[in-house]
Amino acid sequence: MFGLFGRKKSKDHLKERLKLVLTYDRAKLSPGKMEQLKNDLLEVIARYFPMDGQETDVRLEQHGDRMVLIANLPVQHKA
Amino acid sequence: MNAKAIVVTSGKGGVGKTTTTANVGAALAQLGEKVAVVDTDVGLRNLDVVMGLEGRVVFDLIDVFEGKCRVRQALIRDKRVENLHLLAASQTRDKSALSQARMQETVTALLEEEGFDRVLIDSPAGIESGFQTAASAAQGALVVVNPEVSSVRDADRIIGLLEAREIREVRLVINRLRPEMVKRGDMLEVDDVLEILGVKLIGIVPEDEKILVSTNLGNPIAISDPSRNGAGLAFRHIAQRLRGEEVPQISYEPPGGFLSGLRRLFGGS
Repeated sequence: MFGLFGRKKSKDHLKERLKLVLTYDRAKLSPGKMEQLKNDLLEVIARYFPMDGQETDVRLEQHGDRMVLIANLPVQHKA
Repeated sequence: MNAKAIVVTSGKGGVGKTTTTANVGAALAQLGEKVAVVDTDVGLRNLDVVMGLEGRVVFDLIDVFEGKCRVRQALIRDKRVENLHLLAASQTRDKSALSQARMQETVTALLEEEGFDRVLIDSPAGIESGFQTAASAAQGALVVVNPEVSSVRDADRIIGLLEAREIREVRLVINRLRPEMVKRGDMLEVDDVLEILGVKLIGIVPEDEKILVSTNLGNPIAISDPSRNGAGLAFRHIAQRLRGEEVPQISYEPPGGFLSGLRRLFGGS
């Protein structure tokens, strides 16, 4: 992806941006709504586990024909 | 393509719908099909000027819809190519004069009563009633896309709407490709666009200054200048593929210089 001169091609940026925006377009969901969903998920899960709210990640991904919601929600654990 | 009525659409304006309609239509007629090109961009008609037939418009699509004339009276026969006919949009009305039922009747009349082999419907930009009317009479679609962000996003939206209308034969025309920019990595490649949109390709048309010249003259480039590596030949090939012929896609890749060879050797892309 990086050329000999270390510059990431502008078309690679565009391709990533298009894939992301089209995932949300196709799901009829605005990216801002994902932030709300993330907060709602955290709230629900916090009722069961103490949450580590720092490194949560919730996003939609297109896997072939399927739309997949990926949620990475680390919980606190005591050794 | 099996579809006899094909809508040419894009979502975004200015990507080459009308140019594609005029050129593919002219090339199909030159290949022996009896072709009607229908402009549905009511209020902003341009297919007539692109084809150089603006001086001969008497009746238009809305006159046909409103029963002011028969469809045959509204057809303008192109004098350069046999079997090529234009049905112009109305310039003085707006999209509210359109009707999906009338559109379907008109296209059926062209195919069944007037003996046309193919009807190409030039859609207006947008996703509203103009597009919906144009698509309502079609069984197939050519989606015109430029390799840039807004055009690709809008094409994706249009493809979704065509699917919702159960238009199954959807083919992509990648228009205004600039090989030098692709080579520099500053323009999406054909494979990138196909991967993102997930639609079958029917042809790639390179950016070509001669398009503007031919449009200035009202003379579709597919018939006036089908020279190699130009847009004219690309449109002609699209017409051939549309008829089911297998025509290899011309590679517009510029010849690689020493530096690009070197870069490839060192694993760069």
